[in-house]
Amino acid sequence: MKVKIGLFDFAGCEGCQLTVMNLEEELLQVLQLVEIVEFRELMSERAEQIEIAFVEGSICRPGDRERLQQIRDRSQILVALGSCADNGGVNALGSDRTPEVLRQQVYGSQLPHLYTETPQPLSAVVKVDYRIPGCPIDGREFLAVLQALLLKQQPELPSFAVCVECKLAEYPCSFDYGQVCLGPITRAGCRAICIDGGGHCRGCRGLIDNPRTSPYHRILEQYGLSIDEILDQYRTFNIGEQESGK
Amino acid sequence: MSQRIKLDYLTRIEGHAHLVIERKAGKVTGCRLEVVETPRFFEALLQGRHYSDVATIVARVCGVCSISHTLASLMATEAALKIEVPPAAQLLRRLLSYGEIVQSHLLQLYFMAVPDYLGAASLFQLLDAQPELVRRALRLKRVGNRICEVIGGRPIHPVTTCLGGFSTKPEVGQLKQLRQELVASLPDLEATVELFAEFEYPQFSRQREAISLQANGRYPLHGSILTSSSGESCSVADYRTQIEEYLLPHSTAKLARSRSGSYMVGAQARVRNGAGHLSPMAKKVAEALQLEQSGNNPFENLKARLVEVIHCIEESLHVIDELLLHGMPRINSNSTPVVGGSGTAAVEAPRGLLFHRYEYAADGLLQQADCVIPTAQNLASIEADIQLLLPQLLDQPEELLRQQLEMLIRAYDPCLSCSTHLVKLDLA
Repeated sequence: MKVKIGLFDFAGCEGCQLTVMNLEEELLQVLQLVEIVEFRELMSERAEQIEIAFVEGSICRPGDRERLQQIRDRSQILVALGSCADNGGVNALGSDRTPEVLRQQVYGSQLPHLYTETPQPLSAVVKVDYRIPGCPIDGREFLAVLQALLLKQQPELPSFAVCVECKLAEYPCSFDYGQVCLGPITRAGCRAICIDGGGHCRGCRGLIDNPRTSPYHRILEQYGLSIDEILDQYRTFNIGEQESGK
Repeated sequence: MSQRIKLDYLTRIEGHAHLVIERKAGKVTGCRLEVVETPRFFEALLQGRHYSDVATIVARVCGVCSISHTLASLMATEAALKIEVPPAAQLLRRLLSYGEIVQSHLLQLYFMAVPDYLGAASLFQLLDAQPELVRRALRLKRVGNRICEVIGGRPIHPVTTCLGGFSTKPEVGQLKQLRQELVASLPDLEATVELFAEFEYPQFSRQREAISLQANGRYPLHGSILTSSSGESCSVADYRTQIEEYLLPHSTAKLARSRSGSYMVGAQARVRNGAGHLSPMAKKVAEALQLEQSGNNPFENLKARLVEVIHCIEESLHVIDELLLHGMPRINSNSTPVVGGSGTAAVEAPRGLLFHRYEYAADGLLQQADCVIPTAQNLASIEADIQLLLPQLLDQPEELLRQQLEMLIRAYDPCLSCSTHLVKLDLA
């Protein structure tokens, strides 16, 4: 029997589900082991029982909470797919304002049907068993997590920083360019793709478990960068973590 | 007897929408698309952000067209801050856009449209019966993604793009390899053309206005002039004089209308306004598919999309040749940003015109943003088509009615990677 999996989404860009679709060749192999029983974007079928649910996006409305609870109720394992589901991601950027203010800024007044709440990660509503961080997720990591789950093992995320992957790949250090980089404190698993692309780490995969902040402060001082500069960078993808005090 | 037909979660506008049809005594009395997607307030989220962070954030509006959002954003900021983009970087951007259009169109054509025309619930369902078709679909989608990977670093949310051009360039070996892969995809593309030439497309016609970027010696993609099939044109910077945004109580998407009312953007609009600039191979494919010229049958959007795939592949080969021949001496700006001021840019995203407009303060922080997405512009047109199509369908069995409406809406490829096949028809 193939393992029944489902893909679901809430407020987000759908880039994580698309990353799964983009596995292309591997997807065909995956489909020999699993059956996608629900994936609203591509299929009409709806499933009563799901063994592994992968859920993308943030929770922003009362209806979202109900729908997520229903998904939880019929799933054995629930995996948060990507930053928005994992910690609120970019959706949480407006957390410094009330949803009413945001609505007013974009749509003007008098539109009660646009009611939303401050975006929250899935874990604010239901028990999340595992998570695949990143914006978007890394396809390889999705496969690794799926493989572990199919083998009834605990999927594990790297516990070291992006810096390690970056150094192993021998990319030039962003700090040498005077660029604030979150590589030293961000969880690895992306193969430092942004630094490979000539950019810097914006921390989309969230903090490592035990970030060593004091050496990091020294790096900042050494390069003449301020805490504010680092916080500015940190805020892009990790507002949710700050808010929930993780 | 009044009836309410509700198609739940039938398409998405970066998410979710329902279609509600009301009829009384056999006549359609109402028809509306309820866009119930969670609003994410991106324009507000950008306020107060430094210009160097804006494109990265706004790319997250849409995973399917993150490249278009990135490029529109970068170009709007470049216009505001007077940052020049060297020619090699402009070539790379074109190539990146071609990659996105190829991958987005092929996803729509194979994963959303093909099941409609082959009577399946999803492409996955055809895995046993027609494995080669599914494999071909994935192989071809891969080709589009490969362009995005080689130029943008990854298919979704590119990492090599930056203000003024690119932060890294592809290696010559990668470009040569990519070129080979593109050439190797031609037999699969030919088979795709044969497949789509066999389908029977519903007959339907409604006069409509088509708006796109103006061809500037080249098929419209990135540009500074808007053009309408009605003959009008204006500068992209003045888009607000041509296009007005408005809200409806049932929709969380901002809709857009032109002075004449509803209008169409996307592949069909581009082909209508710029057919003469299609690549030679794309012109032949348009003929083989008997793509009708008027652009008044939205179902023909599928053909237009396939014609564009061919165009983008052929043009990509030329761009790669140019990059290999002349090298990429400079891929980033060496001008200093003039901080403060406003800028507007438009790109032809896979689904049509995408506008970004920003205002920056003297400290480099964004004050105001406006983003107009293609689907918001097409919504009024979709509703108008449904209203015209419905009376012909009301006597049909439910199943056929549902199928035809879904096919019509999907033909527009509303902004999401895929249109759902899950439709609840509630003839209450």
